[in-house]
Amino acid sequence: MGKKIGITGNEAIANAMRIANPDVCGAFPITPATEIMQRFCTFVSNGEVKTETVLAESEHSAMSACIGASAAGGRVATATAAQGLALMWEMLFIASGLRLPIVMGVANRALSAPLNIHGDHSDGMGARDCGWIHLYCEDAQEGYDNMLQAFRIGEHKDLRLPVMVGIDGFITSHSIQTAEYLDDDVARKFVGEYQQTLPALLDIKNPVSMGALILTDYYHEYRKAHEQVMMRVFKVVEDIGKEFEKISGRPYGLFESYRLEDAEVAIVVMSSAAGTTKEVVDEYRAKGIKAGLLKPRLYRPFPYTQIAEALKHVKAIAVLDRADCWGGSYGPLFTDITGALYGLDKKPVLINKIYGLGGRDYMPDQAEYTFNELIDLAKGGKVKAVKEYIGVRE
Amino acid sequence: MADSLVEIRWHGRGGQGTVTAAKVFADACLSGGRYTQAFPEYGPERAGAPLKAYNRIGSKQLRLHCPVTKPNIVSVVDATLLDAIDITDGAPDDASFIINTSKEPKEIRAKIKAKSTQKVFTIDATTISVDTIGRVMPNTPMVGALTKVSGLLSLEHVLEDMTKSFGKKFSQKIIDGNIQAVTRGFGEVKEG
Repeated sequence: MGKKIGITGNEAIANAMRIANPDVCGAFPITPATEIMQRFCTFVSNGEVKTETVLAESEHSAMSACIGASAAGGRVATATAAQGLALMWEMLFIASGLRLPIVMGVANRALSAPLNIHGDHSDGMGARDCGWIHLYCEDAQEGYDNMLQAFRIGEHKDLRLPVMVGIDGFITSHSIQTAEYLDDDVARKFVGEYQQTLPALLDIKNPVSMGALILTDYYHEYRKAHEQVMMRVFKVVEDIGKEFEKISGRPYGLFESYRLEDAEVAIVVMSSAAGTTKEVVDEYRAKGIKAGLLKPRLYRPFPYTQIAEALKHVKAIAVLDRADCWGGSYGPLFTDITGALYGLDKKPVLINKIYGLGGRDYMPDQAEYTFNELIDLAKGGKVKAVKEYIGVRE
Repeated sequence: MADSLVEIRWHGRGGQGTVTAAKVFADACLSGGRYTQAFPEYGPERAGAPLKAYNRIGSKQLRLHCPVTKPNIVSVVDATLLDAIDITDGAPDDASFIINTSKEPKEIRAKIKAKSTQKVFTIDATTISVDTIGRVMPNTPMVGALTKVSGLLSLEHVLEDMTKSFGKKFSQKIIDGNIQAVTRGFGEVKEG
């Protein structure tokens, strides 16, 4: 087991990329993800990896370079954030549609306008339905761990899908935190060599055509096929999580349940805010209140049935979203959770809190405020408003 | 050190190395299986603009990912900030304040209206840095003063850790200057 070190979330992601030793990284810098490629390029310059880096002229081109390299038969990784991810959007569909296992670190950040560089999930949520696998991380340790696992998941022969790994912009990307790297040899053995399981463009003995035109005759079937392959993701993520636990001692599943088994009130929240919320869960448990937390890790595909099973006994649940769908609609995580629970005969009371947009601090008192409301709802109190902005100035 | 948690808030101005000081201190605290965090409050990065940075140092995994609001120790790298902001904000009754100034602790205690249960320390970090490093780099002596006040680490440990991490990047002359600066910060910090 490696020793404890102080690293930023970006360093953690870059180090996992060093272990994976991609053949190609097509990239374009953007705050707060810039440090990922900056650190990684140091590894390239020092000869610690054999990666060919391509500095593109935009994120659209960076993803295009990644797509070309992956289609040609190489292991490919990159990193981006916010506007960069948004600019890639068109190409994200090409990557998933061509079933190219590109791995991308994302330092989740708010979208302009107004210009804001801080932590927010609007970028990842905007790319929610691009056919990629999404993993979200609470801290730098999970950034390293998930990034390593992302190569195994995406490149798995049953999947061949691109994966994005989200860490909270600045909150995780730029904070120095205590984490532990695996021994490089152990980590390399876990990630393994890249296996090209399908004919690649540069495999001239087995010529293949990629990105063909499919009109009304087969497009519908092709999309159904994507649905079917996405359904296989759950088992692969769980299997690889178990394998990773054996070498690291750190368990990874589809989501994390924290003191949830007998909880009467629970918060569902992703990424760094989950850590802060766990502290408040402990505080309420100490007061004798059965509080719990569910932290989604695999966000796409969304484990609807497994999450419903984990939450079905809870009386009142608040889903916290660091992104919004405006005009009376609810946050994206909230709609997923309500969708997951819809089939239950006896449903928990559900409320949605929008928090932390554009890097607004998520403080313990926001979790306390939310739990206090849930306690009232669990006793039969009336829902005042299904959706509410918290930590907001009126 | 069962379940201990020390939270530190740094106040400085852009360009004084405040964020670096928080990082150096966190790194040194990693020993002994401690968990640490070091992070600034990011804003538009301008030299001279007031900024805050934070440390958490604990015996358990640190799960709070938010700014420190009840600091056990407040470290002020630039005393002109005392006229601009309330550096005592949120500090509990047993908090310690370390201020970079040539003034006496008593005078600072009155100025910041510290409670009698709170401790006030001063250190002339600016002068020490000019003497030892050759330019205004108050952050380095402040690390020494913080080491003393926090009691989390020995001076030898901090120096050793700094030598190790600086050794890769800087000349011996710069390393020596920094070692002297930390040592004097540790030795000259005054309580009152």
